Amino acid sequence: MTAAPGHNPTFAARGPAERLAEAAPFLLVPLLAAAGWLAIPQGSSWLTLTVSGLAMGMMIFIMASGLTLIFGLMDVINFGHGAFVSVGAFVGVGALAALDGLTGAPSPALNALALALAAAAAMLATGALGWAFERAIVRPVYGAHLKQILVTMGGLIVIEQLILVIWGPSEIFFSRPEAFKGALTFAGAAIEKYRLVAVGVGLALFLAMRTALRATRIGLIVRAGVENREMVEALGYRLRVVFVGVFVAGSALAGLGGVMWGLYEEVITAHMGGALMVLVFIVVIIGGLGSVEGCFLGALLVGLMQNYVAFLEPKLALISNIGLMVAILMWRPQGMIPVVKAK
Amino acid sequence: MSDPILTLEEVHTDIGRYRILQGVNLVAPRGAVTMLLGRNGVGKTTTLRTIMGLWRARSGRIVFDGADIAASPTPAIARAGIGYVPEDMGIFSDLTVEENMILAARSGPLAEARRERIFAAFPPLRTFWRKPAGTLSGGQKQMLAIARAMAEERRLYLIDEPTKGLAPAIVAAMASALRALKAEGASILMVEQNFSVARHLGDHAAVMDDGRIVWTGAMAELAGDRALQERLMGLSLDAHGGR
Repeated sequence: MTAAPGHNPTFAARGPAERLAEAAPFLLVPLLAAAGWLAIPQGSSWLTLTVSGLAMGMMIFIMASGLTLIFGLMDVINFGHGAFVSVGAFVGVGALAALDGLTGAPSPALNALALALAAAAAMLATGALGWAFERAIVRPVYGAHLKQILVTMGGLIVIEQLILVIWGPSEIFFSRPEAFKGALTFAGAAIEKYRLVAVGVGLALFLAMRTALRATRIGLIVRAGVENREMVEALGYRLRVVFVGVFVAGSALAGLGGVMWGLYEEVITAHMGGALMVLVFIVVIIGGLGSVEGCFLGALLVGLMQNYVAFLEPKLALISNIGLMVAILMWRPQGMIPVVKAK
Repeated sequence: MSDPILTLEEVHTDIGRYRILQGVNLVAPRGAVTMLLGRNGVGKTTTLRTIMGLWRARSGRIVFDGADIAASPTPAIARAGIGYVPEDMGIFSDLTVEENMILAARSGPLAEARRERIFAAFPPLRTFWRKPAGTLSGGQKQMLAIARAMAEERRLYLIDEPTKGLAPAIVAAMASALRALKAEGASILMVEQNFSVARHLGDHAAVMDDGRIVWTGAMAELAGDRALQERLMGLSLDAHGGR
């Protein structure tokens, strides 16, 4: 072939303003932490609250990450996502109770094993439930947002009621395995061990997801599909199949988030998922629908904001996250990291 | 026109309540370039989208290499060997040029020789290989869109207005790349508004009006008959910027 004649454009170097605009969402988390440090008088309290906020953010991220991809890829609004959070918590805590040989053992390794098995049980159950939910409830209403909201909301109610039928009407109190109780003291601040575990799991999950989305073919299909579904199919990929996989994985992650949240609170109720969905939706919206990175940053912001404000001005805690959402949407109406949409 | 690669028989396509295609009969011969011409809004893009299964034909047959694909889902149509370059180029702007090409080479890694051939045709793609495709210029995006269709051996290329909105220098680059593709014996069905490009590349022409094919014949015949052009498309090729 002959070379293209006379066409050698170059990239204009991006100015500092452009670079700053791109990095801005990533700077918000340290900025918020710094603001908290200035506002909170004692350094030790600040450290405790920051770790607690990050832990909460990571758990919200785990629940929200699937939802943002489900919306981004197929434009499906799933209000039933919270049901997977609740079911995950009940299955996980149930498994933990059945594993009392491991949870009661004095060995941290056995305690951790019990936790891992409980998480696996929760993810298996919610993944399977997600598969059935997609087939029976979501598939008939592709492309119709109003119907999706109504029918998935209905699915949420049915599953919540089923939890009441199976596990009974009262909330279940329990305690974490021995190794995850108590706190470490660092620089005068008490830091609960379990919160560090939550931070570690959330961070590992985020990095794994990021790698999978960037370095695997399925990841490329998902990212391309979020932007332009039609073109991915015109290249020969059956996006419907990929979407079912994402839905199942997202539901399993909601289940993982549920069991982790349950262990954090040491109490579970059938309605916990529905209640958490408010935060989950805020995170998905401020992150930018379809963006996993935005979802991660949004979750950390929500977690930190909630903890700082609850310490400084408890009465404002309830509205602080709504305020955060309003502020971010006024700044970037499409969310912090807007996803490019073809149409 | 024996041994067609693609045949449309009485294809009707509705979009919402609008009847866009009203009985399209079209034959694209194997190993040749067929130009689909006509005024704006007569159904050229809809024809290509219907072939790809992106709009569903209400009735009619679409036969690709002997098989009726009118009811096949889009991914199956692509897998059957059709490379598609949509009017809006369909670039994944969040992905790098390389990632766009990785996705386009569905059946395996992009062969080295093929990649070099694509680089030779479109040098900017080599330069910006690891840049996000969204940062490319309009012309470079169009190059990437065509390169993506060329990432694998296809039995038919559907190309929708490859020179739309491009600077003259880039139109020339595009035309020479398409000429090279044609020289390899590729079968191409192309919508093109730039008549001088259409005239140089096309072997056959099919002119649409009001959702139907109103004239088919050799490109040379259409190019040489000004009165015919004016009758079919309202404008002569000179008015389309050809010389």
